[in-house]
Amino acid sequence: MAEQHQTAVAGNGLLDRRIFLTAGVAGGAALLTAQAGGVEREAWMQMPGAPMSDNGAPSAHEAHVKRLAVSSQPGTTGTGVSRTPLEFLDGLITPSRLHFERHHSGIPAINPDEHRLVIHGMVARPLSFSLEALTRYPMKSRIQFLECSGNSGGLIAPEPLQQSCGVLHGLVAASEWGGVPLSVLLDEAGVKPGAKWIIADGADAAMMSRSVPLAKVMDDAIVALYQNGERLRPGNGYPMRLFLPGWEGNACVKWLRTIKVMDQPAMTKDETSKYSDLNEEGIARLFTFPMGVKSLITSPSHGFTMGPAGLYQVSGIAWSGSGKIRRVEVSADGGGSWADAALDEHVLPKCLTRFRSAWRWDGGPAVIMSRATDDAGNVQPTRSAVLQGRANGAFYHYNGIQAWAVNEAGEVANVYA
Amino acid sequence: MSMRNALLLVCAGTVGMGAALADDSPGLGQELTAAELAAVDFTIMPDGDGLPAGAGNAVTGRDLYNQNCLGCHGENGTGGVNDVLSGGHGSLAGPRPLKTVGSYWPYATTIFDYLRRAMPFQMPGSLSNDDIYAVTAYLLFVNDIIAEDAEIDAESLPQVRMPNRDNFVWGYTPE
Ligand code: HEC
Repeated sequence: MAEQHQTAVAGNGLLDRRIFLTAGVAGGAALLTAQAGGVEREAWMQMPGAPMSDNGAPSAHEAHVKRLAVSSQPGTTGTGVSRTPLEFLDGLITPSRLHFERHHSGIPAINPDEHRLVIHGMVARPLSFSLEALTRYPMKSRIQFLECSGNSGGLIAPEPLQQSCGVLHGLVAASEWGGVPLSVLLDEAGVKPGAKWIIADGADAAMMSRSVPLAKVMDDAIVALYQNGERLRPGNGYPMRLFLPGWEGNACVKWLRTIKVMDQPAMTKDETSKYSDLNEEGIARLFTFPMGVKSLITSPSHGFTMGPAGLYQVSGIAWSGSGKIRRVEVSADGGGSWADAALDEHVLPKCLTRFRSAWRWDGGPAVIMSRATDDAGNVQPTRSAVLQGRANGAFYHYNGIQAWAVNEAGEVANVYA
Repeated sequence: MSMRNALLLVCAGTVGMGAALADDSPGLGQELTAAELAAVDFTIMPDGDGLPAGAGNAVTGRDLYNQNCLGCHGENGTGGVNDVLSGGHGSLAGPRPLKTVGSYWPYATTIFDYLRRAMPFQMPGSLSNDDIYAVTAYLLFVNDIIAEDAEIDAESLPQVRMPNRDNFVWGYTPE
């Protein structure tokens, strides 16, 4: 049955994606060995196992799966990033412990009983909400991605950096974010006519401050209290953060403390000096909020070594700040030909979508890449198209096609193709 | 009203529906006194709205800078281990753009806003408003934007015209 789908549909060994709909891709041979010698017990089957525990932890054998390239500006410990180890993950949800971080002055040790969210400015009634009060409001919960606008910034380097997928692209993650629609709280405060923006401040030592259009806030912003079913982790804004589906992570202010409703943006440091996009003519674009359509092959990727020639799964993630992923194409011949990848069942708006292709690697050199299209019709651009017209060093909002080269030794390198 | 209807109604909220919703929302927001509000309102707008009383100039600003900032940002803001704060003028359209407070920032008010929030890095909140005006004046002075003795306060700061002011466009414009 499976054989009928094992015909090539694009160059250099890409197979029909329907192979994933039929059983037994890999064949049974490898699975049989344990039973071959008759009844046996492995060491861990010869006595009762470990007791239950009040807090889960990954297997000790997975201890290497940690956030990557944890780094901070010189002389500081909390103004930098830690990255999601994308190459070790599958599916679409990022475990909270591995969700990337980007802080500007560390993680504040907030006492939730003393924390308040204050809404003020152009409102009829300035209001203050305790965490306890917020938990009594009707909540919404959605599975959505969060991406730092600086993600993949290393791809502007003139020569390709030989770093892993997570080190290069790990400022993205997807979680189930649950919380109170901010529109409900603003309605309670009574937004005055003429209001067009909110200015959101965090309770960190840098008092992160970003201006966000009121229209977006009323559309789908939430004050997030939950991440993947539990209260936010401190590194992701405990006890509450702003969450703006599909928009750059920096605007999703963590440790949310105040919201000031205004008729114009405040032009804070992190929406002028930083998180603005300079072009080669010296003109900079402010307020470039939505994250572009993007995809990456996470396996195989840099740091993997292929085994013998044969059938491999090529797997990765695709997402768009504009909506759902409609299509992901994969190439194994450096973009000469493309075949549609299979998308996992959950294709959600503004969320990571997992894609998979079957690839018969012939043991020779190959360049693999993926290209996403969203339901608004946006197609992921090439690297050179993204960099076209940009100033030297302008790294925000990079969503170019990622190419990985496999050589005869089975090593995988980051390449510009 | 059923919980489901309440949910639908609450979630459908838009600007202007505030009054109609009050009955269906838990309505747990607490009103604040003016003093409570003032204590949490750090926002400073480009037109100067939000700037506190106080004043300073670059002469006093230099001493404050050398004490509190030089270690990380270098002499005259020319860069140490952390961001370069001065120079780079005219570099933005060239092969090596250098974005600094002087060469890049569109509004002088942002300097006061950011310093009051976040600097000095290891002890934010430790400078008085007079001190922050003075350090702001110093950063403007080392970038050749104001004179060394120019008094910077809530009146004069928003009137300082940053050299790169006109080289910005908006990626988002509200309707
Ligand atoms: C311990 C080191 C340290 C000290 C001392 C320090 N800063 Fe900073 N400064 C930083 C770091 C780190 C950042 C970047 C913060 C970020 O990533 O958001 C920064 C950012 C800035 C920026 C924004 C630069 C830009 O172009 O976006 C300004 C302006 C600034 N500091 C001014 C000052 C002033 C004025 C003082 C003294 C009152 C000061 N700093 C003291 C470390 C320091």
